[in-house]
Amino acid sequence: MEKEITLADIAKILEKYEIVELEDVKIKGDIELELAEGGVTLPPSIAQALQSIISAAHISSSTTEAIATTAQALQSILSPGAGAGAGVQKVQIPATPVEELGLIRTEFKVAKTEWKGQIEEVTIGATSADGGTREGTVTIGGEKALPFYNFDYQMPHPPVISVDCFDMPITLAKAVRGHYEDVMEDPGEWAKKNVREFGADMVTIHLISTDPTIKDTSAKEAAKTVEEVLQAVKVPLVIGGSGNPDKDPGVLEAAAEAAEGERCLIASANLNMDYERIAKAALEHGHVILSWTQLDINAQKTLNRYLFKLGVPREDIVIDPTTAALGYGLDYAFTNIERMRISALKGDTDLAFPISCGITNAWGAREAWMKDSPIREDSDWGPAANRGPLYEIMTGLTLGVAGGDMFMMMHPKAAAAVKRVTQMLFGATGAADEGKKVKMEDWVTWGGA
Amino acid sequence: MKISSPMEAWKYLPGTNCKECGEKTCLAFASLLLERKKKLEECPLLFEPKYADKGKKLAELLAPEVREVEVGIGDKAIKIGGEDIMHRHELTFFNRTALAYDVWDTMKEEELRERVREITNWQKFYVGEFLGVDAIAVRSVSGEAKTFAQCVKRVAEETDLPLVLCSFDAKVIEQGLKEVSDRNPLIYAATEDNWKAFLELATRYEVPVTLFSANLDMLNTLAVTFSSAGVTNIVLDPGSYPTGKGLEETFARFIMIRRAGIVDGNKGIAYPLMSVPMTAWMVNGTGTGAKTENTLETSYWEAILADLFILKYADIMILHSTEPHSLIPERTLVANIYTDPRRPVSVEPGLREVGTPTAGESPLFVTTNFALTYYTVESDLASNKIDSYLMVVDGEGMGVESAVAGGQLNAETMKDALESFDVERKVKHKTMVIPGLAARLSGETEDVTGWTVLVGPRDSGRIPGWMENNWPPETFS
Repeated sequence: MEKEITLADIAKILEKYEIVELEDVKIKGDIELELAEGGVTLPPSIAQALQSIISAAHISSSTTEAIATTAQALQSILSPGAGAGAGVQKVQIPATPVEELGLIRTEFKVAKTEWKGQIEEVTIGATSADGGTREGTVTIGGEKALPFYNFDYQMPHPPVISVDCFDMPITLAKAVRGHYEDVMEDPGEWAKKNVREFGADMVTIHLISTDPTIKDTSAKEAAKTVEEVLQAVKVPLVIGGSGNPDKDPGVLEAAAEAAEGERCLIASANLNMDYERIAKAALEHGHVILSWTQLDINAQKTLNRYLFKLGVPREDIVIDPTTAALGYGLDYAFTNIERMRISALKGDTDLAFPISCGITNAWGAREAWMKDSPIREDSDWGPAANRGPLYEIMTGLTLGVAGGDMFMMMHPKAAAAVKRVTQMLFGATGAADEGKKVKMEDWVTWGGA
Repeated sequence: MKISSPMEAWKYLPGTNCKECGEKTCLAFASLLLERKKKLEECPLLFEPKYADKGKKLAELLAPEVREVEVGIGDKAIKIGGEDIMHRHELTFFNRTALAYDVWDTMKEEELRERVREITNWQKFYVGEFLGVDAIAVRSVSGEAKTFAQCVKRVAEETDLPLVLCSFDAKVIEQGLKEVSDRNPLIYAATEDNWKAFLELATRYEVPVTLFSANLDMLNTLAVTFSSAGVTNIVLDPGSYPTGKGLEETFARFIMIRRAGIVDGNKGIAYPLMSVPMTAWMVNGTGTGAKTENTLETSYWEAILADLFILKYADIMILHSTEPHSLIPERTLVANIYTDPRRPVSVEPGLREVGTPTAGESPLFVTTNFALTYYTVESDLASNKIDSYLMVVDGEGMGVESAVAGGQLNAETMKDALESFDVERKVKHKTMVIPGLAARLSGETEDVTGWTVLVGPRDSGRIPGWMENNWPPETFS
């Protein structure tokens, strides 16, 4: 088998003939040696110089071929019997033994990516200084690069987690239900638990009972629930309707009024409803609007433009491009969010807003809650309790890497895990760093199993 | 690839429009080449002497930016790398991240064989096919060449999956290689210290080799050194730190390497990448034997690392937990991210038969034409051997819940479907089962269609149980 050889090999060949100096050598272009008639010598320093030239350029198969050819030319010149300056003749060179090779030192270089766009920075919650009663606020957005690409531009704010609560007991997967059974009857207590025990940055109160097909709770009653939750916790609040397009405008108007000045995130305005009423209510009472569309980048642009027309300031908009669960459309949600974020960074100001993701949707995946697989040929699914939280974690993290700034979640373990990993990727100081202390290549011999 | 328009590729084609490739024109073939939906080999003329030069040139221009490396042999061989883009919507990612699960040479023989069989036979149904995992990594924990070789031999006897042989000691790897040199295993790993011995192994046995360094200058140096010595079946491991600042930096390294390869066109580093989420076990790992809370937490962290690097450019990864709660979401995420985004979202609406339904007796189920929804329902029925009719309503490619919310699935669209698919004539009864998620449509649908409407379960996986209690309905007797 014929071997390709490196410049180091050329030097070796010359060394073999005890040649220490090579005069009249020109280096042309990338690597081309012209050997003049007469005394031919090549000092090792030239080989080194050539090596560095080649390293700086990128080695390709054609350059290595050229080296081989050059080496052959040298060999033929130096071979006994071949006259100086004789034409190149094919000479088979034995492969250089590996132990005689040297490393071809190469510096790794990569270009930074600079974007012209920047994501809007949005603050949710208002402290007493700003006319609210929250003890702290949450700020998201402001990115000038893809999420966690700190080597391009340091991400200004880490993603935040809002833990869901509802205004009535609801059906939940068993693994989730266990954590909330004691507070389901009381939205205030539920919200408190989210903050106190599960470390929520924010709380989302879903006014789901207002749906006419559920309890048809009145807007007035719903507003009372909002007041209760505002009393119960001091973190910023997300206020969600039932998703009923006819009922939501009235419910969210009442809720926005009840939460006057608290700068809540009102969820949500969408194209299938009277979004104008919701936008106006948020404007009038000082809130932020969640602009929600269903996996459709153009619809998102359209709705956002409608909101601009209604006079909603840019710093009062968060978008929700829709979350689909792992295995159930996550690929669409991932790509939809990633495309929106990249468009925004490229300069599309219609899409340059922080992104909220309803990660609790992950529990819609049957793998998250079903005891056994309905498919007989499947390998064993193991305990559902182990699967569910990981479905929520992976749905959340995946969309975080796509561009999500805010995650609405439910399982405490999932919320904590997503928080932990996103803090690390964000580069938060104090994020656990035990990994660096371990010699990572030791996994090969790890006997802990 | 180096070209971006079909016209550029077309210049290198014969231009005879001979249709041998199945396309009407060379230009049509050219555009499919660019989308990587057709291969050059499908143009027989290009391999005739007259066009061979052009063919060779075109092959170079079309070659993916990241080198494609094959591991294993036969049906189970995996191709890794071969990527051309940074984000899946730009075209599609091509060779899915290969998931390799570990075994080690200090395992007891029976335990080892059992674990290999479990990994090899694992399967999960998903959107019309069974998912499996891709490879087995054999780790040398003992450090003894003989022990490793025996372990590799046993693994090879139990599986036809591709193998990754892991040790930093070339002598150990060589003994393992001797057992499976005909299986094209990936060897792991050459470093700054041992690279000569690994270069020699990769050359002599002609197997793909992993290069490891968390220092990117050194990694690039190793890659250039190997490739200029003629070894180009290379995989790069830039080190996987599982937590903290180290994780942030690891994430950056994967992105920077891939960017240098694809965006900057640095061929010297444009190779498949290996990530090792199992380093999670190095930080807070405990035994897999004890089902402790810590074990569950660690397996979650391993899955988190897998998630990050499935998204960001790992072409092969080494994992430890083979618990179903790890395998299922990890493999599902790979399937999701590596699904061609150009694939249609919906299936053709119509009336399908599942199994061999009997007119007048078998149930008629209703669903929408979102591909995921349709395949889920269809496979739940088929797998449980429920002979039935399935009416696939045009929900504009949306799932049931969204289609109900958006009005694409309602009493009227169901009525249209019944009529246009000529359902009554084929089914010979007038009872339909609508999805539980569409329960609120039942009354209106009865009024509009004149059919009896039963509300099925919210998840089609529960149809078997539902059947026991609800089918045949009383009206049938």
